[in-house]
Amino acid sequence: MAIITQRLLSFIAALTPVLILVLMQGTAVLAQEAAPVDPRTATGGAQTLEDILARQRGEAVDYDFRRAATGDPAGAAPMTGQLGTLGGVSDPELWRALRYGTADVTVSSHGPAAAVIIQDSGMTWLTFREGPLATYGGYLLLGVLGALLLFYLLRGRIRIDGEKAGITILRFSAIERFAHWLLAGSFVLLGITGLTMLFGRMAIIPLLGKQAYAPYAIAGKWVHNNVSWAFMLGLVLVTVFWLAHNIPNRHDLKWLALGGGLFSKNVHPPAKKFNAGQKIIFWGVLVLGVSISVSGLSLLFPFQMPLFAATFEKLNALGLPQLVGLGDLPTTLLPHQEMQLAQLWHAIVAFLFIAIILAHIYLGTVGMEGAFDAMGSGEVDEQWAKEHHGLWYEDVTGKPAHDPAGHPAE
Amino acid sequence: MKSMYLAFLAIVALAVLADFGLHRAGFSVQEATSGPSVRLD
Repeated sequence: MAIITQRLLSFIAALTPVLILVLMQGTAVLAQEAAPVDPRTATGGAQTLEDILARQRGEAVDYDFRRAATGDPAGAAPMTGQLGTLGGVSDPELWRALRYGTADVTVSSHGPAAAVIIQDSGMTWLTFREGPLATYGGYLLLGVLGALLLFYLLRGRIRIDGEKAGITILRFSAIERFAHWLLAGSFVLLGITGLTMLFGRMAIIPLLGKQAYAPYAIAGKWVHNNVSWAFMLGLVLVTVFWLAHNIPNRHDLKWLALGGGLFSKNVHPPAKKFNAGQKIIFWGVLVLGVSISVSGLSLLFPFQMPLFAATFEKLNALGLPQLVGLGDLPTTLLPHQEMQLAQLWHAIVAFLFIAIILAHIYLGTVGMEGAFDAMGSGEVDEQWAKEHHGLWYEDVTGKPAHDPAGHPAE
Repeated sequence: MKSMYLAFLAIVALAVLADFGLHRAGFSVQEATSGPSVRLD
């Protein structure tokens, strides 16, 4: 019995360390399960296969773990110690700091962009520019042209319904017409050169070849850069001349309710100097014109007028991006990213602008009889004035524009 | 139509003036963002 007891105790004594070891391992496993698991433990903090695959699937990967892993010079061995000369930053950590723009870089060139050694947002910009921007922008312009052609085929030219009076009145003074054509002429040049720059590689080079396109591109760039000043001056002038005339009033609602009389004959809703349609054009030109001018100036003086980080900060504070599910917009942007966003915004605004102006050009030329005279000679036929701007006609002449039945007075 | 032609002339004049003036004033991108060690032309 004593022997059995002694052997049992010996067995337990031998087993105890094993049991303790097993228990410790079990506890460790439990502790591991309880604590958050770092998915990059196996790679020592570097990106994992899962990170790479997620990026290849186009999923958003939080790269903070890489952005922050740029070494620790303060924790390095002292210069006098062993391995001290290696410092606290490895080569990958140095490249990572360059990659994410946090390295302390000194360059001899001027400007904020010069110190950015690596930036990776260029491909995003390029693919958006050549992809959705050009595609949907092109469709928008073709769609507007198609709609105008359809309107012309269905409605034809909007004629003066009554008999022409043969007497003209001054609609726009010489300085007003000058301002309009300064804006219009520069806009056409900017629109053509801008579109050919955007679609040059995609559409014109395959058509003409690189050698033919190159001098045109250089000339187009010069025109686009330098004609912009006339556009901005024209925008200021028309705003000064016409802002007061474009304040919405109650007549605009009636004009809009009747579709401006554009879709049927002998319908002439009352309008002052500008009708509701022209007011929409005016405010569109003003808002888009200011936006395209500011983004254009940002492009004209590269890296000196960053716009977007500050704008995003204000939008985030208002909660607008979060409202539409975009989350917080980035408020720290590299100088290059500022330029890329300015270029994309400039082009998006330009497409909308051109779409509106195509409709304006149509109605001001082939779409409506007598409309061009207002900006050509400045003089319009009295009958045209009675039909399209009856209230303005009454203000200018002191005569009634409509007979008691509501028809334009002959 | 005089106003229109005058405006078109003004567009050309302003463009030439802007190009000349901005270069004279040292606002060209080349001058604004490069250092003395950079050969421009």
